[in-house]
Amino acid sequence: MSAMLSVQGVHTFYGHIEALRGIDLEVRKGEIVALIGSNGAGKSTLLMTICGTPQAAKGRVVFDGRDITKVPTHEIMRSGIAQAPEGRRIFPRMTVLENLQMGASSAPPEHFAEDLERALAIFPILKERQGQRGGTLSGGEQQMLAIARALMSRPRLLLLDEPSLGLAPMTVRRIFQVIRDINRQGVTIFLVEQNAYHALRLAHRAYVMVTGTIGMTGTGAELLANREVRAAYLEGGVTEEVVAGGAP
Amino acid sequence: MQKAVAAEAGARLEGGWAEMLRDAASVAAVSIALAIPLVGFHLIDHLSTTQVEFRFGQLFYAVAVIFLGRLGLLLIGAGWARPIASFTSALSLAWLVNSAASAVPVAYPALGWFTFLLAATLAVRGWHTFYRDTAGAAAKARQAGLGAMVSRAAVHLTPFLVLVAVSVPFYAVMADDKRAVDLGILIFTYIMLGWGLNVVVGLAGLLDLGYVAFYAVGAYCYAIVSIELGLSFWESLPLAGALAATFGVLLGFPVLRLRGDYLAIVTLGFGEIIRIILLNWNELSNGPKGIGNIPRPGFFGIAFTASPPEGSIAFHEYFGLDYSPMHRQIFLYYIILVLAMVTNWFTLRIRKLPIGRAWEALREDETACRALGINPTNTKLTAFAIGAMFGGFAGAFFATRQGFISPESFNFLESAIILAIVVLGGMGSQIGVVIAAIVLIGGPEWFRDLELYRMLAFGALMVAIMIWRPQGLLAHRDPTIRLGVAGRGGTP
Repeated sequence: MSAMLSVQGVHTFYGHIEALRGIDLEVRKGEIVALIGSNGAGKSTLLMTICGTPQAAKGRVVFDGRDITKVPTHEIMRSGIAQAPEGRRIFPRMTVLENLQMGASSAPPEHFAEDLERALAIFPILKERQGQRGGTLSGGEQQMLAIARALMSRPRLLLLDEPSLGLAPMTVRRIFQVIRDINRQGVTIFLVEQNAYHALRLAHRAYVMVTGTIGMTGTGAELLANREVRAAYLEGGVTEEVVAGGAP
Repeated sequence: MQKAVAAEAGARLEGGWAEMLRDAASVAAVSIALAIPLVGFHLIDHLSTTQVEFRFGQLFYAVAVIFLGRLGLLLIGAGWARPIASFTSALSLAWLVNSAASAVPVAYPALGWFTFLLAATLAVRGWHTFYRDTAGAAAKARQAGLGAMVSRAAVHLTPFLVLVAVSVPFYAVMADDKRAVDLGILIFTYIMLGWGLNVVVGLAGLLDLGYVAFYAVGAYCYAIVSIELGLSFWESLPLAGALAATFGVLLGFPVLRLRGDYLAIVTLGFGEIIRIILLNWNELSNGPKGIGNIPRPGFFGIAFTASPPEGSIAFHEYFGLDYSPMHRQIFLYYIILVLAMVTNWFTLRIRKLPIGRAWEALREDETACRALGINPTNTKLTAFAIGAMFGGFAGAFFATRQGFISPESFNFLESAIILAIVVLGGMGSQIGVVIAAIVLIGGPEWFRDLELYRMLAFGALMVAIMIWRPQGLLAHRDPTIRLGVAGRGGTP
C-alpha cells in the first residue's frame, strides 16, 4: 500500500535543541493515524515540521509523492493538506462564517457554497452560530470551528493537533465521533493527542512518541492493550474514562 | 428600589463627609502646586521690560473649581448622581449659551472654558452613573452596542453626509466664508490620509508610525514631475500614487518579519529617513528651502488666474464670472472630496475581496493564516503598497493645494496625528476616521478662542476618549458576509 504522507528520518531543531531525532512514520490513504505521547515529546513539532514551520534540518517529508520538506508553509497548505492547529487559533473578531471563508482561501471560489453546506452539516451548531464572532464561542464550538475551517479547503489529509485540549469529556467524545465521520467521508486523518485512550480507540494505527523519537507503533487496539502504553499513558488520570467511556 | 438606593447612599454619606472633604482638599493642594506656575504668574510687557503679574484671584478661582469638582465627583459616587448631574448640565449649558450669544462679558474666557470642561465632565459622569444604577444591564448593553448602532445608522446617514460635504462650498459662497472651504479641504485631506492608513493599521494590523513618508513621496513626486516634465495634475497623480506604492513595498520588505513594537520603530525610522533625505538632497528636493511655484490644477485645462497668459482664457472669463480666489479653493475642495470618496469606496470594496479578508485575518493571527494557505509576504506587501498609494495621492493633492512644499511639512507629528485619527476613530472603522478627523483637525480650529489652552483641551479630549472608549470611538467591525436565509437566526 502506498503512503499518502511519509516522514523519513526527520530531524528538527529549535536553535541548538534537537526536538525531533530521526522520525519515520507514514500515513496511508483513508487511514486515521494517531500520534500519542506526553508533554514535550515533540508531537506538535512533528506536525508543524510536516507543515514547514520549522522546516526539517535533515530527512524528508513526502506528500503524495512530492517532496515538501523545503516548500513554504502556505504552499504546502494549498496542496491538499489542512490543519486544525493546537489551541484552535480561530479568528476571534471575525464571525463564524468569515472564519469558514478564510478556510476556503486556497479552494476555488465556486466550491464555496457546497463546501460550506457540507461543513455546516457536519457541525450543525456552527450553523446556528454563523453570525457570531469566533471569540464568543465556547471552547468546544471553537474546536469544531477550527476543524470545519480546515475542511473548507477540501483537504485529502487533515492534521489535527490536540483537538481534545481543554474540553469537557462530553464534548471530547462528540469531537472524536465527528473525526470518525469525516474520515468515513474519505479524508485521511493524522491526529496528535495527549488523550491516549480516545485517540487509540479511534485510530487504525498509532505511533507513540518519546522525547523526539518514535517509541512504539501498532494498530490502535494493539497499543491500547499494550502493558507499557497502559502504564505510561492510560492508567492514573484516565482510568475513570476507561470505565465510564462507553462507545465513542 | 429607589428608596433602597437612597437609603444606602445616605448611610454611605454619614461617615463619608469628613473623608470626602479631606480627599477634595488634598486634590486642591496638589492643584495649587500645579496652578501657581500655570495660572498664578502672568508675564506682561511693560515699556520694553517684562514684569511678572500675580493673579491670585484667578489662582484661587481655579483651585476652588477643582475642589468643588472633586467633591462633586465623590458625591456622584456616593449616590448623589442626579442632583450633581442636573446642576452641572445646567451650568455647562448656560456657559455654552452665554459664549455663543456673548450676552454677559467674561473677564477670563480660558477660566470659563476650564470650568465648563469640568462641569461637562461631571455632567456626563453623573448621568452615566445615574442611568447605570437605575437601568442596570439594559443600559450597559446599549452602551456596548453604540459602535454597531452607529455603523448601522451610517448606512442611512452616508447619502446625507455626502450631501452635506458636497454643499459646503455653496454655504461658503453664500455666507462669504472662505475659512469653511479651507477647513473642509484640511479635514478631507486628513480623512483621506486616515482612510489610507486604516488599510495598513486598521485592517492589516501593521502599526505604521512613518506614514507621512508616503505623503511626502507623493508631494515631492508631483512637485518635481510637474515642474520638470510639465505634466498636469491628473497626469502626475497616478505617478505619485505608483511611486508611493513602490516606497510602500520598499518599506514592507525589511519589516516582513517584525511585529508590534519593533515594526513601529522601523516604520518610524523610515519616516525620518525620507524626511532627512529630502532635507539634504539639495539637487532633488532643494533641501530645507523647499520647492515653490508648484503648478495648480486647472479645470479641464482652464487655469484659475486673475490674468491668464497671452492666448489662453481663465476660469472666470470662460464662465463669465468675476474673478475670485475662492473658485480655485472650491475646485480643490471637490478634488479632495472625490479622492477621499474613491479611497473609501476602494477600501469598502476590498474588504469583501479575498485580499481584504486576508488582511483582517492576518491582523488577528498570522500563524493561523499561514496554516490556511495564505502567503503572508504578499498579503503584507499589498497592504503597505495600497496604504502608501493613497498617502501618495493625498501628498500630490497637498503639493498642488499649497503650491509650496518643504520637508518641514512632513515631520513625525503628522504621522502621529494621522495615526491618532485612525486609533481614536476605532481601528478599521471608516466612519470612525471621519468623526476623529473632524474632532482632531476641526476641533483645534474651532477652539481658537481658547488660545494657548487649546492644545491642553486637545490633550484632555484624547485622555477622555482613552478612558471611556479605549477601543476607539467606534470599535465595531461589520461582518463582510452574511447568509440571507438562515443567517439571522443565531445572531444575538
